[in-house]
Amino acid sequence: MKISVVSGKGGTGKTFVAVNLAVTAQDAVYMDCDVEEPNGRLFLKPNVTRELPVHILVPHIDSVRCTGCRKCVSFCRFNALAMVKGKPILFPEICHSCGGCSLVCPVGAISERPLQVGAVQLGYVGSGKETRPSLRIVTGVLSIGKVSAVPVVKATLDAGAALSYDDAQADVASQMVSVIDCPPGSGCSVLESVAGSDFCLMVVEPTAFGFHNFRMIEQIPKQLGIPCAVVINKDGEPYAPLEAYCAEHSVPILARIPYREDLTEILSEGTLAVKADRELARLFEQLLRAIVDGGEA
Amino acid sequence: MTIAIPVDEGGKTVCVSFGRAPYFLFHDDGTGNTRVLANPAADSPGGAGVKAAQFVADAGADSLIAFRCGQNAAQVFSASNVAIYRAEGVSAEENLKALEAGRLPVLATFHAGFHGAV
Repeated sequence: MKISVVSGKGGTGKTFVAVNLAVTAQDAVYMDCDVEEPNGRLFLKPNVTRELPVHILVPHIDSVRCTGCRKCVSFCRFNALAMVKGKPILFPEICHSCGGCSLVCPVGAISERPLQVGAVQLGYVGSGKETRPSLRIVTGVLSIGKVSAVPVVKATLDAGAALSYDDAQADVASQMVSVIDCPPGSGCSVLESVAGSDFCLMVVEPTAFGFHNFRMIEQIPKQLGIPCAVVINKDGEPYAPLEAYCAEHSVPILARIPYREDLTEILSEGTLAVKADRELARLFEQLLRAIVDGGEA
Repeated sequence: MTIAIPVDEGGKTVCVSFGRAPYFLFHDDGTGNTRVLANPAADSPGGAGVKAAQFVADAGADSLIAFRCGQNAAQVFSASNVAIYRAEGVSAEENLKALEAGRLPVLATFHAGFHGAV
């Protein structure tokens, strides 16, 4: 079962919920798709065993063959190509790697070449002496200066899916919990992270800002037809509009993580709350059970 | 010499955006002719700056007056030898006069894109 963890607003506690949920699930795969700042590893401290480069294809233009006909420029929907004084200019960071320019070029001047935009790190939590590591960690890392997170998110999800089938029977793998730590916001890379999941957990802060962002993010699982529920983080005084909205639209609130200063301290030290705090350990066990049981029912 | 200015609806005021301005004003200071043409990049899903710069360069502009300009568009202008000046005040006409009088500064800093933000 793949559980995607989202929050519209950054700093709501997405990684906090995702890592603690993964640790609670034990036999699980944790995929960090927040590739611009993959912070899950700060808490999980995985032993990284492999690193796979992530490439995209970008056009390479043979300026000798190019006749300056502009077919590629007019074809590119994202305007990644320009033609000035008969010479092509390429903007690889705008390119969406569709390959269309190389297809429409009448003189075969455009070929596609790989460009590394990031990497996927595979690792596990444990001493390495276990016969089979229980918690596997897949971390997507977008290279510095690269702008499109989606290819790295895709590669992270693919690597994670392969890992959950790696040495397990198919039926075991389908039961194995995968926790997908999604990027913040509600953009393309979030959609990509949520799309293949079986359940979407929305972390929400009980504030006006948190509620506003929740309303945006909530559209994603709804439109994708993925079951979803809310976890309120930094809970204190109930935020009435959020409570009313969830009640009215039948969005279950599965857990309320209290606002506690000592939790902030635990977090700032890179410690897992479920290891350091009994109340939190119980809370996450109940949360996981509610998701898994609810997902099967 | 042809001078291009991104302009708002009505064609009289300089638009704050370059790539997504609804129109471009082209002024030929030799003939005194002024044309206002729709910007084909205005509702582009991405790369509006590149497309708008291509449009301005293709229209034969030698100079551009704008409040701001992105790095990608600046690269297109640099390749096509279009000089970029920083607009002062909102009136397109006043800016043309100021350029003629040599009072407009060269725009030398280019942003990395706003991508939906303003």
